[in-house]
Amino acid sequence: MITTPQEIITRMPASVWQPFDDPLDSGWAVDNFWAHWGLFSVGIIGFVLLVVMGFIWFERRFISPMQLRIGPNRCGPFGLLQPVADAVKVMLKEDIVPNLADKVVHFIAPIAIFVPVLLMFAVIPVHEGVGLIPDLNVGILFVIAVGSIETIAVFMAGWGSNNKYSILGAMRSVAMMVSYEMPMAFAVVAVVLVTGTLSLQGIVQAQTIPFALLLPMAFILYFIGALAELQRTPFDLLEAESEIIAGYHIEYSGMKFAMFYLGEYGGAIIQSALITTLFLAGWKGPFLPPFLWFMIKLFAVFGMIVWIRATWPRVRIDQLMSFAWKYMLPLSIVNLLIVALEVIWFEGDAVTWWLVPINIVICGALLTGWATFFKLRGGPQVES
Amino acid sequence: MTIKTELMALNIGPHHPSTHGVFRMRVTLDGEVVKDIEPVFGYLYRGLEKLAEGRTYTQNIPLTDRLDYVSSMSCNYGYCLAVEKLASIQVPERANYIRIIVCELQRMINHMIAVGFFINDLGAFGTPIMYMWRERDKLLDLFEMLCGQRFLYNYIRIGGVSHDIPPEFIPAVNKFLDDYIGYHKEMEALLKENEILKARTIGTGVISADRAINTSMSGPCLRATGVDWDLRRDKSYSIYDRFKFDVIIGENGDNYDRYRVRMGELIESHSIVRQALEQLEDLQPGPVRTETPNLLRPPKGDVYVATEAPKGELGFYIVSNGSIAPYRWHVRSPDFINLTALREMVIGGMIADLIATFGSIDICLASVDR
Repeated sequence: MITTPQEIITRMPASVWQPFDDPLDSGWAVDNFWAHWGLFSVGIIGFVLLVVMGFIWFERRFISPMQLRIGPNRCGPFGLLQPVADAVKVMLKEDIVPNLADKVVHFIAPIAIFVPVLLMFAVIPVHEGVGLIPDLNVGILFVIAVGSIETIAVFMAGWGSNNKYSILGAMRSVAMMVSYEMPMAFAVVAVVLVTGTLSLQGIVQAQTIPFALLLPMAFILYFIGALAELQRTPFDLLEAESEIIAGYHIEYSGMKFAMFYLGEYGGAIIQSALITTLFLAGWKGPFLPPFLWFMIKLFAVFGMIVWIRATWPRVRIDQLMSFAWKYMLPLSIVNLLIVALEVIWFEGDAVTWWLVPINIVICGALLTGWATFFKLRGGPQVES
Repeated sequence: MTIKTELMALNIGPHHPSTHGVFRMRVTLDGEVVKDIEPVFGYLYRGLEKLAEGRTYTQNIPLTDRLDYVSSMSCNYGYCLAVEKLASIQVPERANYIRIIVCELQRMINHMIAVGFFINDLGAFGTPIMYMWRERDKLLDLFEMLCGQRFLYNYIRIGGVSHDIPPEFIPAVNKFLDDYIGYHKEMEALLKENEILKARTIGTGVISADRAINTSMSGPCLRATGVDWDLRRDKSYSIYDRFKFDVIIGENGDNYDRYRVRMGELIESHSIVRQALEQLEDLQPGPVRTETPNLLRPPKGDVYVATEAPKGELGFYIVSNGSIAPYRWHVRSPDFINLTALREMVIGGMIADLIATFGSIDICLASVDR
């Protein structure tokens, strides 16, 4: 039995309390465990909320010129206060719970979708040695594990609402998220092979070349997987507005809906941050301070996601599944094999400029080559 | 081991973002697969056909505006042609050209909306529809210049049009036509060869040419199945025989072909307007409306006139008993009849295909329910 706070601390992995042994080494880390815990918890919640607002504003302003619109421009300069106005509006809305809903599940789902986002942010490196858990030695594993909770939350929302549209959305989401986590995980394993560490800080430190160039295939596969994980176009079919209206959160209103919104955009931050960390050298960069570099890359990745949203139609559920299992999964395994061979060839030091052109050529050849065997087209491939 | 499953009845509409109005479908689903569909009409029923029996022939023109409000001009036109045939009224040459110009511009408006919303239904949120909307707005500006209205025009009258075109109209149309080709190419570049769009549309919502004819389909939906049939050419009315244009046909009758046919017809309408403007310039200024009595009393009899409206064959059946109001006024609205084929197009597909197919038929609920 754990009884005292001291006991909790001693049972934690070494990397959690390691900064307190040597506070001078650990940048901003506060000497006191609880002060550190409190400071960073509040800091992360504040950061996530702020960046969510930033993302909402950015998405709306960035997508509007592509769609020949102006976008929000009434609240504050450049519409910067629009997310605040939205937040106030959504908080003042009535909270409606359907009569036949499973009240407990209906209540827990919005919490369950937002909490993993905050948890994941505990290990995202925004600066060297800064974070709630500054350098978790199994960081990327933790992120993938906690990220899977969102699937459950989405299904809880869909099931608990007792609505046919939401259950359709929830069924789609489970099928999709489970399928796309595999190629994503394999893409991450390729990165881990090259760097030899699961720690996110370690991965950033190892990137003397951004892995987007060194491991282009892993980058592309992870990016596509992230789009699916985020339920973004072209994989937004679990909340497809034109088909099943809003999918799993159709029966939510008021603050609970806002929690879903937060969870969705929080997920967008997390995935953008992970892409930044894994493939774009994280907080590293010349001239500017590391945190600024991190934010610039974060918004750049999210900008790509928004751009895709502004352009493409969405795929159908069977096409989505066959794309994951028949296209992305084989490619990710092949990619893993190639990277493993490269690591053996270069005797563990595969981060070299030599490999960049080779890998880009291999990536292009594989992507187009496999595409000739794989066809999305045709009517529904339904097995009776 | 077999898992027990059961079919689920899902009610799509009448309030649903993709039903293009207040259409309702009771869909029986096996997971995501559509097993059965039962359309429910009538949420926008206003009794226009009955209303028309109590109004004079001239007063009925605004009712036709409200038939298919996306292409009001074409509805005005079909009705006026029917009445003119019933009462044997000659239309001045100039009015004929003006009518062709506005009807073809109206066809462009309709197809822009159809294609834009179709791709919107496929999930390409916002951008394609806004590309189309920009061009449509320019056309609405032209119509506003022409008759002061942007939407429900009441411009085409029995015996001609309500008034002559303003002098600045023709340069404005010419400018629009010049610019349009570039914007059309832009739209094609955006999505024509998009793999996801093709994957979603090719081979879905298929209807064969035989079935399309048997269900009495018309318009772009019929032509997409490969049937070479266009009333403007095959049963030429008004002065359509003076223009050169191609009838765009598809091959498979799937969603992609319907999309391609509409995009092709945009260009064809563009060329018809061009030719009409050229021929109109050679014409001397003259009257644009034959004087007809306000209380028109056509002789006893009945008439059916079909025109090629943007959505298909728009027919007006009018029975006159010699009084100032029609005895019976029936509209054969194209989208209503095209919609009857929906069931066989979607069964066996997925919900996503159902929505896409529904969008590709291009209906306007005001015209379906009347």
